[in-house]
Amino acid sequence: MMDTTKCELLVIGAGPAGLAAAAAAAQAGLDVMLLDEQAAPGGQIYRAVTTTPVTDRRVLGDDYWHGATLVQPFLQSGARYQPQATVWAVSRMTAAAPDDGFEVAYSVAGEARMLVARHLLLATGAQERPFPIPGWTLPGVMTAGAAQILLKSGGLVSSGRTVLAGCGPLLYLLAWQYLNAGARIDALLETAPAGQWLRALPHAPGFLASGYLGKGLKLLRKVRAAVPVTRAVADLRALGGERLEGVRYTAGGKARELPTDYLLLHQGVVPNVNLARAIGVEHAWNDALDCWEPVTDAWGGTSVAGVGMAGDGAGIAGALAAEHRGRLAALQAAHLLGRLSAGQRDRAAAGPRAALARAVRGRAFFDALYRAPRAYLRPVGDTIVCRCEEVTADQVRQTVKLGCTGPNQMKSFLRCGMGPCQGRFCGLTVSELIAEEQGMHPKDVGYYRLRFPTKPLTLGELAALPQTDASRQAVVRLKK
Amino acid sequence: MAARRVDSAPVVIIGAGLHGCSAALQLARRGVPALVLEKNYAGRHASGVNAGGVRTLGRDLAEVPLALASRELWHRIGDLVDDDCGYEQHGQVRVAETGADVAVLRARLDLLAAHGHTHEEWIDAGELRSLVPRLVPSVQGGVIVKDDGAADPYRTTSAFRRKAAALGARFVEGVRVRRVKRDGRQWLVRTDQGDYTAPQLINCAGAWADRIAAQLGEPVPLQAISPMMLVTLAMPHFLDPVVLGTGRPLSFKQRANGTVLIGGGRRAWVDRDAESTELDFRALAEGARMVCELFPHMRAAVVNRGWAGIEAAMPDEIPVIGPSRRHDGIYHAFGFSAHGFQLGPVVGSILADLALQGSTSMPIEPFRIDRFTGR
Repeated sequence: MMDTTKCELLVIGAGPAGLAAAAAAAQAGLDVMLLDEQAAPGGQIYRAVTTTPVTDRRVLGDDYWHGATLVQPFLQSGARYQPQATVWAVSRMTAAAPDDGFEVAYSVAGEARMLVARHLLLATGAQERPFPIPGWTLPGVMTAGAAQILLKSGGLVSSGRTVLAGCGPLLYLLAWQYLNAGARIDALLETAPAGQWLRALPHAPGFLASGYLGKGLKLLRKVRAAVPVTRAVADLRALGGERLEGVRYTAGGKARELPTDYLLLHQGVVPNVNLARAIGVEHAWNDALDCWEPVTDAWGGTSVAGVGMAGDGAGIAGALAAEHRGRLAALQAAHLLGRLSAGQRDRAAAGPRAALARAVRGRAFFDALYRAPRAYLRPVGDTIVCRCEEVTADQVRQTVKLGCTGPNQMKSFLRCGMGPCQGRFCGLTVSELIAEEQGMHPKDVGYYRLRFPTKPLTLGELAALPQTDASRQAVVRLKK
Repeated sequence: MAARRVDSAPVVIIGAGLHGCSAALQLARRGVPALVLEKNYAGRHASGVNAGGVRTLGRDLAEVPLALASRELWHRIGDLVDDDCGYEQHGQVRVAETGADVAVLRARLDLLAAHGHTHEEWIDAGELRSLVPRLVPSVQGGVIVKDDGAADPYRTTSAFRRKAAALGARFVEGVRVRRVKRDGRQWLVRTDQGDYTAPQLINCAGAWADRIAAQLGEPVPLQAISPMMLVTLAMPHFLDPVVLGTGRPLSFKQRANGTVLIGGGRRAWVDRDAESTELDFRALAEGARMVCELFPHMRAAVVNRGWAGIEAAMPDEIPVIGPSRRHDGIYHAFGFSAHGFQLGPVVGSILADLALQGSTSMPIEPFRIDRFTGR
């Protein structure tokens, strides 16, 4: 029997934003449901915080274990929770009863379900920015985030020669956690160009006033004491035939080669836009972070009425900010659904708003310091851009020269972005390449039109959706 | 306020879908460089994202002569546009799931025979199963056209556009037509980016064509529709012909790259002004159930994407093709009601005949624009 359930607020994603939002909304008296893809709460940053086999707290660090403080209040809040649930469609206009709100289709263990929600809160988080270098599709190359998932959920680290490369706080955090876990790191290759810190300097006061400095320095010192770090690494490529055998790069004007079994790549995180875009939420380009992010108001409200967003999916600001943004978005949902007056909402928001301001202090410094170098955003030659359809940078560039003006036409020409990742691995790169070839800004190039299903599902799952009179009549109507 | 006069041409075509591009190509082949105005980009909607069926099977009787003529053009499509358009000729077959379906298809064959058409043939259950081995054994037979096929719609529309441009046609994309009116001996086409003039005007504006027609005093009961499609991840090859339903709508085919395309005309919610659609997953689920019943192994197929292009349907589900009944120098071709792709090549030729000779040898009387209002 199909389980079609109803709720007032549906929260999608059980990272810091989703957990805090669901708990706050339930506390405000809303009937809340939370759907999450993972088996246990925590999202990516606090993945498996209640289930990880890595019990030595020093390995993953205090910032990770902070996540546990969000899980208990959530579990006790009265919000309903469905783990291992993949949302693949949201509809309004075609819903059986559009006045009741959004109809959300999701699957749990291969079984499709429907849920009706008056209000949606997307807390779908971030994904790693694509890092298209020659050889990045070789077995043995993975992202730092993927390596971190293995560590958190399985207690696994790479066994063999390991090189980390790229930029961004997560790269150093993973190095630190790897070292804590006793794993081997042969080299850390920093791709930030020489002098990048100068560009970050104007933002230093905010950073100095934040809590990051002490923690960050400790972490950096430990990594640099244990791992050879090479700075301003250019022309990075992964080498190998059947699998990864080494890396080649240029540093200090010299080409170098390093044999390795694993290469862990990372150049920052960007909002995971697929679900929000498919719902029709308006997005804008963030010049400081070189990515798209949804346009939101101070409460996480989007261009689509009844759809709020919180956490890194609404714009990268980090895990601490995410929980406060989640609380703010929950208060707004409670207000819009008639549980809190504007005054009650605003009073309740004072604490989270002040905490949010503290949490984002210093971000501008990070953003400038760890900005991904342009050469790694705009690959050349036969570097793969679209992993699903094996489309190269040159093919994309040539297609622009043939008159292709945007990412959606690019799909039609090259099938770029039409594979199972639905553009997650190539979307930003394609925007950047078209912009470069046309001498335009990426914001004017646009992005893929994303449609449901936002996650692949089997035809059998789809076939199991409930019939309605309207869906049956759709058939009759066509045959007249 | 006088708008900026931008350009003029012997013929202005509104809409760079397949029919507009095909008209531009046929005019260019005859030495007339048309100017095509397109609000988005060529092939943005139905022409670029339809199921790609190149089908004479199951056509309305009025369309059969056009479809057969267009088929001749498809069979040598590479000669016409210098690109094979991804055209594959593996046939199309309409399957009978029930005894009632068999009766419908038999009656259909009788009707065609009475009009002298022999392109559709009965195929019995055994032969059908050897042609489509994964089909559920309960299917009772069907009707087949062996030299029907399928092509890649966006590639096709692009190829027509490219070849037309190579022969002198001009395309202006991102220009939205606001107003069409008589200006002396010319037609004035007012857009959001200035005025264009031409002595002759062709309305290939698809789901928006009724607005052009209304300005010319020829209102039509056009409905903007948005047929939905699903595509799966690549699967091992199991199917050559396109499979259609009889009692239930389905269009089902496996492409050369292994992906399986599922359509059939179930419709998305559409807002043609916002050019936005919302897929109706309950309706898609009906299609999914039908596919799983006809091809049980498809239950495990992974649906990767869904989409819907916007196009025009007429109440009688055949298009409007032909001259304006009120004005000289105006020609219409729209309202193909979710089966216009195959007709693209011949309709371009008909429009060029009309614009350059004032008449065509093709029987287009049933497609008159004034058929909905009385004459």
